[in-house]
Amino acid sequence: MDTLIPYLLLSAGLFCVGLTGVMLRRNAILILAGVELMLNAANINFVAFWRFHPGADDMSGLVMVLFTIAIAAAEAAVGLALVISIFRHYRSTDPEILEDLKG
Amino acid sequence: MNDLISYIWLIPGLPILAALALTFWPVAKRKGAAWLAISAMALSFVISLFAFGAVPRSAEEGVVTRLIHNFTWFDVGTSSMRIGWILDPLNVVMLVMVTFVSLLVFIYSMGYMEKDPRFVRFYAFLSLFAGAMLGLLIANHLLVLFMCWEVVGLASYLLIGFWFQKPSAAAACKKAFITTRIGDLGLFIGMVWLYGEAGTLLFYDAGQGCLESSSLRLIASLPGMAGMTAAATIGCLLFFGAMGKSGQFPLHVWLPDAMEGPTPVSALIHAATMVAAGVFLMARVHPLLTYPDAGTQALSFITWVGAITALIGALAACAQTDLKRILAFSTISQLGYMMLGLGTGGVAVAMFHLITHAFFKALLFLGAGSVIHGCHDEQDIRYMGGLRKIMPVTFATYGVGMLALAGFPLVTSGFWSKDEILHAAAHWHGHPAPFIMALVGAFLTAFYMTRQMCHVFFGKNRLQERENASEEHPVVPHESPASMLMPLRILAGLAIIAGFMGTPLFPWFQSFLEGGTLEWHGTALFHGSTLGLLIGSSALVLGGLIVGWWFYSSLVFDPLRDKDPLDEKLPAGWFATLRAKFYLDEFYESTVLEGARLLAMGAAWLERHVMIPMMPLFAFGTRIMSWITRFWDEWVINASFDRSCKGIQNQSERVSTVHTGNIQFYLQIVALGFVLLAIIWIWGGGQ
Amino acid sequence: MNLVFAIIALITLASAIAAMCLRNLVHCVLCLTVTFTGIAMTYLQLSAQFVGFSQIMVYVGAVSVLVIFALLMTRGGNELNLRDWNPRHWLIGLGTGLLTFGVMATGIFKSSLTRSAAPDSKTESVKTIGESLLNEYVLPLEALALLLTVALIGAALLAMPERKTASSPHSDRPQTKGDPTN
Repeated sequence: MDTLIPYLLLSAGLFCVGLTGVMLRRNAILILAGVELMLNAANINFVAFWRFHPGADDMSGLVMVLFTIAIAAAEAAVGLALVISIFRHYRSTDPEILEDLKG
Repeated sequence: MNDLISYIWLIPGLPILAALALTFWPVAKRKGAAWLAISAMALSFVISLFAFGAVPRSAEEGVVTRLIHNFTWFDVGTSSMRIGWILDPLNVVMLVMVTFVSLLVFIYSMGYMEKDPRFVRFYAFLSLFAGAMLGLLIANHLLVLFMCWEVVGLASYLLIGFWFQKPSAAAACKKAFITTRIGDLGLFIGMVWLYGEAGTLLFYDAGQGCLESSSLRLIASLPGMAGMTAAATIGCLLFFGAMGKSGQFPLHVWLPDAMEGPTPVSALIHAATMVAAGVFLMARVHPLLTYPDAGTQALSFITWVGAITALIGALAACAQTDLKRILAFSTISQLGYMMLGLGTGGVAVAMFHLITHAFFKALLFLGAGSVIHGCHDEQDIRYMGGLRKIMPVTFATYGVGMLALAGFPLVTSGFWSKDEILHAAAHWHGHPAPFIMALVGAFLTAFYMTRQMCHVFFGKNRLQERENASEEHPVVPHESPASMLMPLRILAGLAIIAGFMGTPLFPWFQSFLEGGTLEWHGTALFHGSTLGLLIGSSALVLGGLIVGWWFYSSLVFDPLRDKDPLDEKLPAGWFATLRAKFYLDEFYESTVLEGARLLAMGAAWLERHVMIPMMPLFAFGTRIMSWITRFWDEWVINASFDRSCKGIQNQSERVSTVHTGNIQFYLQIVALGFVLLAIIWIWGGGQ
Repeated sequence: MNLVFAIIALITLASAIAAMCLRNLVHCVLCLTVTFTGIAMTYLQLSAQFVGFSQIMVYVGAVSVLVIFALLMTRGGNELNLRDWNPRHWLIGLGTGLLTFGVMATGIFKSSLTRSAAPDSKTESVKTIGESLLNEYVLPLEALALLLTVALIGAALLAMPERKTASSPHSDRPQTKGDPTN
């Protein structure tokens, strides 16, 4: 509370958890979930820094957070649409199927 | 007329062009070919007559004026090769004679070679010869003369070997060429030496020529070989060439064999023109031989060789049985006389005899051709006879020629020209032996010619007694056609008239050649020994005629049944020696030719037993080399390259396993890489 | 540290880890939703009320639902063979994650920026946010609007089922008999 450190640690932790999930989960939807998690962790960072920033009317940190939320949402929508499309073609959400670039 | 000298090249040029045209002439058009050659020759003759008129005559004794036309042939860098033409009394008489005799021979050949399948080729060769001979005459440059000399030799080779299907003819033309070549070697060395000392081979070049006083002074002062001056040595070397071409001893052996060629060839080349080229050459370079400080060894050499040749030619002619061979040896003998005259008396003496000899020897050869033609190609005089009545025109003209050759007093040209030579030989400052030899030769000349006449024209005709004559088809001799008889008549007239050019009373010829005013020397006969010599030589000639008639008259002697009277009267074996031409051919065969043969055999042995066995060795070596190369290429270079390529392939296969196709794996790697970068950035360089 | 924040942080982190670890996919998504809520509470704790409520509205309300929908729509495949974790390269993944956390933590602790700041009372006002959005950040705002439009259309297009009509690529070729590809 007195310093940024806890918030930043939380952010870092969430980010790493999300990253690990992206790298390791074998469901495309959960990969997207992990990406959302990473984005949220970055948002926490933004808000924390906004809170600890001097300047009473400076809302730029929050503006960025708003933007990020909106973009993340849009991206989640498109990504999920892609996953559904792939699912229709391959009948599976396992990302390992998509190995046409192998070799 | 002064421009004539620049156009003088037309005289040899026209026959050469005719020869070129005749090379491509269709074989069927014989008449056209003959007339082409004849008209080219006639044109040359006409131009020669113009040249004769154009030559300047000098009034001063001993000074000759010449028309020269020198020009540049080609340039090599900064220096240029200059050659030229010359027209002076010496070569203009030759030009007229050569063109005229050639013209007559061309006309004669129309009849003689009528049945020959290679008629057109014959005329091509004849024209080539005529062109080259004329070129030789007008050349003002020794190298040009030499080139024409060689072409003349080539034409002689082609013409002697015209009937090359006969092995004897093929051998004869080869012998002629090689023997003259040996002489040409001396000529070439002399020419090169002369060029080296004088710096130019132009004879007359406004004071710079090699026969003009500045060069001669230089050459006469330099030392040559064997104690002679360079001038004398060069003269001897040039004479070697003349010895070959003009049939002097010992290079005369080709002339008798050259009779294998057709008779017109013998008449033109081996009587009148080519063999005279040697004499002409020596006459041309006479200033070199007679330069005051040059020494007289060259002239002595020429004189001795000429005298010996004259004698042995006459001796051998006494024992021959072939019609043309008698004439061939007679030619050799007369050429010896010409050289003798050149050595002792000078250019005019030799040239006078050359001109008269050309006329009557050509006459004799053409007459012999008529006889051979009429006797159905018989050449052995033992099988002839009685042709006096069967071939009267031939007999008459041949008789005139024979008398001219023998030197019948007063009326024949041969008498006057030979007398000049005897006169010069008698007054020679050297040894008297050449003169004696000349006298003996004169006697013998009359003797053997009478012998020939008796065999051929008198007595009973023995043609039927030939081995291949049969009873059913009698071989009857006949007179020759008019195209053959006409030249005979013309030459017979000339054989008589030409002598009057140079009598002591009115020496037109000598003054023409040597300069000086022409006047009637009324008292010339009574100077010195002139009259005595005239009477003496007449006596010799008449004596020879009488002895010949005594031995060989048909009343006494029958060639087929009796042994030759000479053979009976001479010691045993002498006649055979004469008959065999002094065994000279056999001598050459055993020494020179045998040596060449041994050399060739040695070379063949070397080839067969040394070179050829070595070939497999080379082949083996080459195979070893190629095997090594292949080994290196395949197992070292290719293998290393291939191996490295395989290595790269394997490695890249291994590396490509990174591309698993798994996107999460990609992401892991990217994240890892990024983290590492971040670490490096934070704790490395950046802040 | 504030106790409240500690609890919130713990809940968030735990549910995040659960979301990444659980086998049942729906449970994962539900835990994810809890994570989103925890994050929203963090925002609130940091006096960013508008953002916090936006977070709840967007993420908990829309994104989670979206994810659940997608999840439910992609069932029925070969789920039975699925295993949760990627067996081949899980070590790299884990290692990378830990390494990343380590790096960031080290960076956080080492930096002077993170220690010095003492929080002063900062209140956010929606008015100020709106003003800055429309004054300073109007361009990103419009771009965002465009992006949302495009994403909407794109997602709709992508998720549409394929229609087999004359304009599909295969029917352009003339039909031949015995063609094995047909």
